Amino acid sequence: MLCQDCGKRPATLHFTKIVNGEKSEFHFCEACARERGELIPGTANGFSIHSLLSGLLDFDPPGGGAGHVSHPLRCESCGLTYSQFSKVGRFGCSDCYRYFSGKLDGLLKRVHGNTVHVGKVPQRAGRMIRSRREIDRLKRELQERIAREDFESAARIRDRIRELERRLAEG
Amino acid sequence: MEKRRFAREAISEWMRHGGPDSDIVISSRVRLARNLSGHPFPMLATNHQAREVMEKLTGAVRAGKLDEIGKFDIFVLDDLTELEKQVLVEKHLISPALANESRCGALILDRTESVSIMVNEEDHLRIQCLYPGFQVKEAWTKASRIDDKFEEAVDYAFDETRGYLTSCPTNVGTGIRASVMMHLPALVITQQINRIIPAVTQVGLVVRGIYGEGSEALGNLFQVSNQITLGQSEEEILDHLHNVARQMIEHEKAARRRLLAESRLRIQDRVCRSYGILCHAAVIDSKEAAQRLSDVRLGIDLGLIPDVPPAVMNELLVKTQPAFLQQTFNETMTPEQRDVRRAEMIREHFRKFRYGGA
Ligand SMILES: [Zn+2]
Ligand SMILES: [Zn+2]
Repeated sequence: MLCQDCGKRPATLHFTKIVNGEKSEFHFCEACARERGELIPGTANGFSIHSLLSGLLDFDPPGGGAGHVSHPLRCESCGLTYSQFSKVGRFGCSDCYRYFSGKLDGLLKRVHGNTVHVGKVPQRAGRMIRSRREIDRLKRELQERIAREDFESAARIRDRIRELERRLAEG
Repeated sequence: MEKRRFAREAISEWMRHGGPDSDIVISSRVRLARNLSGHPFPMLATNHQAREVMEKLTGAVRAGKLDEIGKFDIFVLDDLTELEKQVLVEKHLISPALANESRCGALILDRTESVSIMVNEEDHLRIQCLYPGFQVKEAWTKASRIDDKFEEAVDYAFDETRGYLTSCPTNVGTGIRASVMMHLPALVITQQINRIIPAVTQVGLVVRGIYGEGSEALGNLFQVSNQITLGQSEEEILDHLHNVARQMIEHEKAARRRLLAESRLRIQDRVCRSYGILCHAAVIDSKEAAQRLSDVRLGIDLGLIPDVPPAVMNELLVKTQPAFLQQTFNETMTPEQRDVRRAEMIREHFRKFRYGGA
């Protein structure tokens, strides 16, 4: 399989990406991959596939119309503007996620097909989050049990929810 | 100068042991990206801020946080020579970005080299666990344990909606990149690989050839990894990778069986010729070396070449990279001189097996 960019060297990097709502395949050789990912440090040896992918991201154009240039969207913590972010493909700090949140749903949807994390939560700092998730889960289960008229276990689940909510309130 | 432990051997301790399906899967890797809250990401950190992050993270290790996991050494990148850094890159223990572009970068490496933790690469913390053979879930379990140990000592940048916040939006959420490195010579010989790669990318995985000095995939080695990190749990991501890799393994196995059944003599001729060339060549470039080593490895796995350990391919692929050659022969080389030294290194290596040495 030859590289789709230069058509000369064999392609060694293969992936698909959603472009304008359609799935497209990409097959690049190392040299062309590097060229497209040039804004991003580090190529070769398989560490940098995400770098290349980010080189191909479709960022929303920075700023609104021409009238908004005087107030560029900016992270107040680190000073990075959205326009700089869209050039380098890197956030400056974790607060950038809050300051740019209005534009992120579209971007994340294109990259991941999703916008909300459902995986691991930190062990120590995430105790509250895990309790809240557990309560949500139990509430759904409670509804199911009630719908099935399984009132005995519904009562048990309700007690469990109260217990978790009490502990959450106490911190 | 005394060579550091990691520079003495081309093949990491963990690599010497086979794993499940290790006739096809060379290694499984899980990498987790994490950042500390309240500190700018490395790209925008001042030197002072970067040093603070390095001291917090290496401090946690010095305080014994990882003692249950293994024995770790801490290397500050600025204390390493250029050659040592390149050797670490060639062994895949650090990224070229950490080696060449980091500020206050550090490597926290366990003695078997199966855990390598990068500090101040693109993210504050990159935890990487490597296992021999097909063991992605084992790699994840270990990486996650290490993750928990660090989190006892530091506050992570974590958001309930977006998950672990990373420097690059392609890593946000779980911050996980899981990959399986496979040797697929039979799929390449039968050209089925051209059908399989697009199919694998269609289900959201990335396939990548492994490189040497040039720009071509070397040695029929392919790395398959997840592309998506947000909106799926780690378990879902790993299950998906696991299932797809499992199918690729089965295809490779079937292709090998067919090769043996339908063209045994041709395949035997091919692998034995390559074995002969590696044992006797006086000049060999990295591309040919990788192809011949792949042939020999296939011959070993098919039972056509006895008495040579399968790890020979990986070991020699690393040993014959530029920095490793340079440090072995203790001289700087032109590419032409390298091809001579490479051939010499490979001949010496194979002599051990042919005359019943080590
Ligand atoms: Zn190309
Ligand atoms: Zn910021």
